[in-house]
Amino acid sequence: MIELTGLTKRYGRFTAVDGITLTIPPGALYGLLGPNGAGKTTTMRMIAGILQPTAGTIRIAGIDLWGEPLRAKSRMGFIPDRPFVYDKLTGAEFLRFVAGLYGQDGASIDRRIDELLELFDLLPWKDELTESYSHGMRQKLIIGSALLHRPEVIVVDEPMVGLDPKSARLLKDLLRQFAGRGGTVLMSTHTLEIAEAMCDRIAIVQAGRIVAAGTMDELRAHTSSGDASLEELFLKLTGGLAERELSELFDS
Amino acid sequence: MSFSIPDAPLGSAGVLEILAPKWRSQLARLRQARSGSGARALLLALLGGGFWLAVFGLSYRVLKFIKGVEEIGPLLAGKLLAVGLLSFAAILLLSNLVTALSTFFLAKDLDMLVAAPVDWIWFYLAKLGETLAHSSWMVVLMVVPILTAYGVVFGGGPLFPLVALGTLLPFFLLPTVVGSVITLVLVNVFPARRARDLLSLVALSVIAGLVLFLRLAQPEQLSTPEGYRNLLDFIAKLSAPTHPLLPSEWAASALMNWLLRVRDPLPLLLLWSTAGAFIVIGASFHRRLYMPGFTKSQEGANRRMGGTVWHRLVRRLLAWLPVTRREFVLKDLKVFFRDATQWSQLILLAVLLIVYVFNIRALPLYTGEKVPYVVVTLVVFLNQGLGGFVLSAIAARFIFPAVSLEGRQLWLLRSSPLDLKAMLWSKYWVGTLPLLGLALGIAMVTNLMLQAPPFMLLLSLMTTVCYTLAVGALALGLGVLFPQFETENAAQIPTSFGGLVFMMAAVSLLTLIIVIEAVPVAEHLRAWQAGEAAGSSTALLLAMGAVFVLCALTTVLPLQIGLRRLAALDA
Repeated sequence: MIELTGLTKRYGRFTAVDGITLTIPPGALYGLLGPNGAGKTTTMRMIAGILQPTAGTIRIAGIDLWGEPLRAKSRMGFIPDRPFVYDKLTGAEFLRFVAGLYGQDGASIDRRIDELLELFDLLPWKDELTESYSHGMRQKLIIGSALLHRPEVIVVDEPMVGLDPKSARLLKDLLRQFAGRGGTVLMSTHTLEIAEAMCDRIAIVQAGRIVAAGTMDELRAHTSSGDASLEELFLKLTGGLAERELSELFDS
Repeated sequence: MSFSIPDAPLGSAGVLEILAPKWRSQLARLRQARSGSGARALLLALLGGGFWLAVFGLSYRVLKFIKGVEEIGPLLAGKLLAVGLLSFAAILLLSNLVTALSTFFLAKDLDMLVAAPVDWIWFYLAKLGETLAHSSWMVVLMVVPILTAYGVVFGGGPLFPLVALGTLLPFFLLPTVVGSVITLVLVNVFPARRARDLLSLVALSVIAGLVLFLRLAQPEQLSTPEGYRNLLDFIAKLSAPTHPLLPSEWAASALMNWLLRVRDPLPLLLLWSTAGAFIVIGASFHRRLYMPGFTKSQEGANRRMGGTVWHRLVRRLLAWLPVTRREFVLKDLKVFFRDATQWSQLILLAVLLIVYVFNIRALPLYTGEKVPYVVVTLVVFLNQGLGGFVLSAIAARFIFPAVSLEGRQLWLLRSSPLDLKAMLWSKYWVGTLPLLGLALGIAMVTNLMLQAPPFMLLLSLMTTVCYTLAVGALALGLGVLFPQFETENAAQIPTSFGGLVFMMAAVSLLTLIIVIEAVPVAEHLRAWQAGEAAGSSTALLLAMGAVFVLCALTTVLPLQIGLRRLAALDA
């Protein structure tokens, strides 16, 4: 379960995230959508414990993230949008290091590492330095590292970037199964089709605030949009260029 | 909806357009620096000014003396200039090898430039110019005060700076072109990242060799009146590798011709025509080999790492540590020994230690005659300062960058349940324990070489322990306060502004310790001269107590401040 109360982040006079309050129950797969610069990544990084909020509270599985950070973080797996890993460690060494960060050791961890590497088709590259991995391979390694310690909550920022169709499908299935077994997933994405197909509930963020939240039906009702697609709802809520304006851009 | 593509071909960008992002970024950086803290600019200006004055002063004194040598004075000055320029050319060639690899093959703007309709010759010239600027600026900083001294001593007049510019530009271009061509060929043979490691290693080894050569040649002998008599021998020894066909010889001749009013344009013509010819040759190499090389540089350098005996041994040795700390220490060790930019610093460390021990050995203390006790004691005491400085330099190289090197992976450390305090202390002990072993080793060796009295040996060892523990914490703490998260090369981190602040703080601490300990040492010497049994133990105890408290504070405070900063850092 993730609970955000009045979550705010300011950089000087600029407010990136403005008082977000949200509760994501166990078993839910929640999507966070919004245009570029809306504050999605800042929100995700605050929930992951990487950025300190200016105001507000974050509770992970009922534990205050900034009150008991180590306990709260040990319940969570975070998948960032940019897959930075240690170039001079091999894939297996990286996973072993991450397991160590979560206090896990022993033969069972070695088995789990091999399982995850096999799941993501990385076993043949197990002993290669990650500097020779492609973007997608690094992304898969990081996804594996987030699942290594069997978290209760997964926070994932732009999950499909760099993944091949097979891995993207695998990740979708993994996240759905994870939520189906009572886990909580918060996912930010620009790919509206993925959000529409995967998420139980969706929040649309603009200028640091949630402008609409709920199931697809609730969002349609909120915007009086009949049976509109998520893309149409998104553009209606966040504003987008009309086709006429796009034509003018190219014709000029 | 239609998307029309212009019928006319797009105009190709020139050198200025290609380099525009670079010089605009530099301008923006300067503007930011100007609007930032004035203290930083003042400090850099003072240090830069001091350095220039010192180089100018030394060059001026030497040249004044050389000019006074009858008949052959100007000839000697020319020889010295040729030797200096040859050394600079060697450094420039190495620097260009490494820089060309970055600018031509690894820079972030390459994908965009190669994909754009940029004419290959403008691309080549722009990247050559970028390589020239990046590799030569440090040598330019060094050359300016030296040539100013030449101009002043030999009356070069107001046009001398222009002559110097016209001479040095082709002289600097030559190693840039040669370095770029060698790099181009290397990249076509090895993967770019492997070539970078190889070149960094070669460059560092040659620089280390040069430092060793200059030190072991004992230039301090020249500072004595007898030494000046050996100056001719010294210059002859140094000028042995020069040759009339070397560009450094042409550049020196062109400059000396102007200073001595000799009308001979040949050296300048040789320089410019050779530089022009080399650019043409370099361009033809670029045209043929660049695209295959650039393509090859995109390929990853696959390296398999199995579980070696060494890994298993270290893992077993660290088995007593809690799992998080153990994995953290293991990760730090693996990353250090697999990254050539990090472990190659050990070469510099070895040179630093050899030069240090050589300096102690070169001291004219034990030449057969009995040395007064007071002199030995004082030398041993001052050796603490020298040793402390060496330790600070090592801490700057190895401990200061520790947190900066986590930069891009900070998301992982911050989002995991890793206790930041445990992480900082792990980094502290991983860096400081080897430093302490080294510090005690060199303190013992140098004190035994100096035949230190037991009183001084004890004081020296105790001070070394306290200072090493403090300087390790200072390096780590200031490394967190002045992080360099964007730097990929570990070797560049100690030369940043934060590195400078650390060195100044470390030297200040060292000075304070020496001042505090001077009291019991002076008391000890006074008692010895008065024929009393030993110095006052009260003064010694008080001084040691003060040093202990000072070092304890310098250990705890920077780590606490660093920890707070680390927790507040936006990753």
